[in-house]
Formats: sequence, C-alpha cells, structure tokens
Amino acid sequence: MEIFTQQLINGLVLGSIYALVALGYTMVYGILGLINFAHGDITMVGALVALTVVQALAAAGVPAPLVLVLAGGCAILVCSLLGLSIERVAYRPLRRAPRLAPLITAIGISILLQYTAALIWGKQYIALPKLLEPAAIDIAGAQLTTLQLAIFVLACGIMALLLWFIKASRMGRAMRATEQNPDVAGLMGVNVDTVIAFTFVVGSAIGAVAGLMVVLYYGIGHYFMGFMLGLKAFTAAVLGGIGNVGGAVLGGLLLGVIESMASGYIGDLTGGVLGSNYRDIFAFLVLVLVLVVKPSGLLGQSGGDRA
Amino acid sequence: MSAPYLLEVCGLEVAYGGIRAVQGVDLAVASGEIVALIGANGAGKTTTLKALSGLLPPKSGSLRYEGADVTGKPAYHLVRKGLSLVPEGRGVFPRLTVAENLAMGAYIRNDRHEIRRDFDRVYALFARLAERREQLAGTLSGGEQQMLAIGRAMMSRPKLLLLDEPSMGLAPLMVQKIFETVRAIAAEGVTLLLVEQNAKLALETCSRGYVMESGRVVLADSAAALLASPQVRRAYLGE
Ligand SMILES: Nc1ncnc2c1ncn2[C@@H]1O[C@H](COP(=O)(O)OP(=O)(O)OP(=O)(O)O)[C@@H](O)[C@H]1O
Ligand SMILES: [Mg+2]
Repeated sequence: MEIFTQQLINGLVLGSIYALVALGYTMVYGILGLINFAHGDITMVGALVALTVVQALAAAGVPAPLVLVLAGGCAILVCSLLGLSIERVAYRPLRRAPRLAPLITAIGISILLQYTAALIWGKQYIALPKLLEPAAIDIAGAQLTTLQLAIFVLACGIMALLLWFIKASRMGRAMRATEQNPDVAGLMGVNVDTVIAFTFVVGSAIGAVAGLMVVLYYGIGHYFMGFMLGLKAFTAAVLGGIGNVGGAVLGGLLLGVIESMASGYIGDLTGGVLGSNYRDIFAFLVLVLVLVVKPSGLLGQSGGDRA
Repeated sequence: MSAPYLLEVCGLEVAYGGIRAVQGVDLAVASGEIVALIGANGAGKTTTLKALSGLLPPKSGSLRYEGADVTGKPAYHLVRKGLSLVPEGRGVFPRLTVAENLAMGAYIRNDRHEIRRDFDRVYALFARLAERREQLAGTLSGGEQQMLAIGRAMMSRPKLLLLDEPSMGLAPLMVQKIFETVRAIAAEGVTLLLVEQNAKLALETCSRGYVMESGRVVLADSAAALLASPQVRRAYLGE
C-alpha cells in the first residue's frame, strides 16, 4: 500500500511536468496540424539555461527563491524567443507546403537545437548545485517532498490559468477560431500570423518552466534530455487527444501515474527479471496502444467537423 | 471629395496555380446599393468575393475601397475598414458556441456597451439563435448556421457586406427568411453585394446586377433589365 501511495504521488508530480510539455505539442498541433518535434528540445534549452543561471547565482550567494525566479525568468525569455524565431524562420514559410515538409523541418530543428546545446554546454551531464533542501511530508506512510508539492501546485496553477485563458479571453477565443478555420478567423479581423506566433510563445514559455522543474526534480541536465521528455510529452498529448488542451493535461497526469506505477511494480510482476529502469518502455507501450485502440485519444474529437 | 463608388474593381484576375478562375472582372458598387452577382456553377463568383475580401491575392487588377487602393490587403485589414464577407458554406466555427461565434464577429471592436446592444439586435432578428446561444455552432441546422453567419458578420458593423450564396441548400421557407433579413440589413443602410444561384430572387431583391460566365462579367445592367433579358431568362431563370 505504501508503494501504491508513493508511486501515485511520484506519478502525479512527474505527470504534471509531462502535461506542461504536452500542452506545447497539443497547442501547436491544434492550430497548425504540425507535430513540433523540436518542442522537447526547446524544453531542454529552458532546462539548461535555468541550470546555468542557478550555477552562476548560487555561487554568488544569492538567496534561493530569488535564484529560482531569475532562473525561471531567463528560461522563459530564451525559450519564448526561440519558439518565436523557429515559427517565423522554419515553419511559416512552409505553412502551405505538403504536411511532410514542416514535419521533416521540425526534426531538423530538433537536431539543430541538440547539437547547438552540446556546443554551448558540452555533452556531459550538468549537476544542479545544492540549492534547496526540501522537507518531506508524510502521507499514509508515503513521502511527499515540499519540492514535489511545489512543482505539482505550480504546474496545476499554470494549466488552470491556460485553460481559463483559452476558454474566456478574447485572444483565447481567437486561438480556437483560428484552429477551426483560419480563413474565416481572418475574415473576423484576426491576424492569423500573430495568433500562431503567440501560440508558439506560450507553448515555449510553459516548456521553459517544465525544463526548470525537471532540473530541480532530478538535479541534472543534459543536451539530449529533451528527446525522451519530448517523446513522453508527445505520448501524453496523443493519449489525451492531440489538439485538445484539456486532453494534454489529462494525458500527462495519466502517463506519469502509469509510468510510476509500472516502475514500482515491474520487479514484482516479472519476478525480478525487469527492474524499474525499464520504466521508459511503458510510455511507448501506451503510445502504441492508443494509436491502435483509439487514435483520437481520450478527449479527442474523431474528426469530421474540422473546417 | 467623396468617392463615387464604395467599391471599385478593375481588371481583376485571380488564379489557383495554373487555373485562371477570374479573368478580368470589372465591377463597382455605390454606397447604399444592393447589387447581385449571378452566374452558373464555376463561373468564378466565389473566387471574386474571396479576392474582394482579401482571402485570395489578385494576380492582377486593382481593388479600391472607399476611394483607397486596397489591392492585396489581407482580410483582417479590410474587415477593420468595414468590408465583411459571409463566406460560401457559412463558415461558422463549429466548436464555438453561437454566442462565441457572434463575439468573434465583434473581434475588431472594443465598445463593450455597443457590442452588447448588437448581440441583442442579432438575437431579436433571429430568435432561433437566441434560444441556442450556448449551443455549439456545428450542431445547428443549415438555416440556423446561415443566420449565425449573417448575424456574425453584422457584429462587425460592416459598411459593405459581401454575401456568398446565403440561400444555398436551404428549404424555401428558410430562403424567404434569409432574403427578408438581407432586405432588412440593406434598409439599415448597409451596402450589399449578393452572390446567388437563385437568380430570380436575387434580381428581385437587388437594384443592379452582374452576370458572370467563365471568369468574366458578360452582362451588367439594372435588375429589371436583367430580369427581362432573354439571355438571362434562358440561362438562369429556366425558361
Ligand atoms: N481552391 C481551388 N483550387 C483550384 N481551383 C479552384 C479552387 N476553387 C475554385 N476553383 C476553380 O475556379 C473556378 C471558379 O470557382 P468558383 O468557386 O469561384 O465558382 P462559383 O461561381 O462560386 O461557383 P458555384 O456557383 O458553384 O459556387 C472553378 O472552375 C473552380 O473549379
Ligand atoms: Mg461559389
């Protein structure tokens, strides 16, 4: 029972990070029909920028909360600009091209970001300097650290804010309208280019926060970390129904929990043949299962009315 | 000096890749007029309206609106100047509610108070929409969607409204209702350019008309003259 509670806690925290990254995939897919494979790497850049800021400031003796705010702020700034430029330079010229062209471009950008990061930060793992000393809260025999709690609460806050923004604000409505019919949105006075650029900025900024969270949670960063994180977040987006913002939240949390549970019990289930280091296969089992059983995902509409 | 025409189109050509859909159209609409644009399937009416509203870039020719050259200006720019298109097939946002669709119509406006009044006006004009304001537009009937598309365009307070086949696919009673609405909008002083398959009804509603064939304007006259013309009667009124 402790294992269950513990893995549920770990899964929800991890899942809330997946969900943040999944939002970036799903928002761009919704509006462009494009799987932005570079999104995981944008998150990686956010993580490494945050790490660098923490390293620089922690050594200078700046208080931890201020370090975190500055690290987050720098990561958001860099990632927003990065998302904006990628959209402008790589995707906008291909908007009316066959679908395969932007997809291949996305993979190219992903590789470009990885190797640029390797040039800047090197290929070794970068450790987070000692910054926080999270306390543990006991819940039914399981441990919830204050760091986990903070990550989960912040992630949920960001997601709630985004959902509200898309539902209730003028810009959010324009985003949904553009997604459903860009030409008609233009007839309403919406500058579709601006809406698309805005979508990339929001997705990238949220990815930056997720990057900071990963760094704080695992204590390390690496130029290739965006690959696995991106794939899992993409899986989460597909699980929830790609293009659906609520689905990304649901898919992220669910995937986190599935993965944690599986890694908690995999040893028992396989009689010790497979250890918890096989956890990554579950994400992809989920991906394959969803694609076979319900490709539109849990909350995805099954096509039809897309104008 | 005020321009004689609200909209002036000279030598408009539009192509889809190699397909020359519009091959030199001249037309003009004066402020306060209701003008019909009729023609057979594939004549290039929709393509013309798309170019006028900024959805398609003209290959050549010029567009003047309110005396200013607006050739090549995008749709989101023109709607701010009061030029609005109700597209063929309605183009409602299927997964937005009726009220959200109307709010999109008022996207370019900031006068909250007046916008609220315009919501009420649209709901008064179309009681069916008022009852369904929280319903997703994609679940409305064809006629209701057409009402919504017209109501949504009215929310931008257009000076010139381009309507692309508002009666398409509707039952006779609904066609009557839509045309009544079109007349009511015109009576409010909105200038109208109406594309229609239903040539008789269109010409009876409008004061002037243009007839398009294979990407060109082949006839331009008063509605009465067009209704009396043997050529029009044969080709479009089924006589
Ligand atoms: N997206 C497109 N790509 C290629 N050709 C097109 C496209 N849209 C229209 N056309 C062609 O352009 C010509 C004019 O089409 P358009 O839709 O303007 O005609 P229309 O007069 O509106 O016809 P209808 O009364 O059937 O609506 C047609 O020959 C059509 O096949
Ligand atoms: Mg047409």
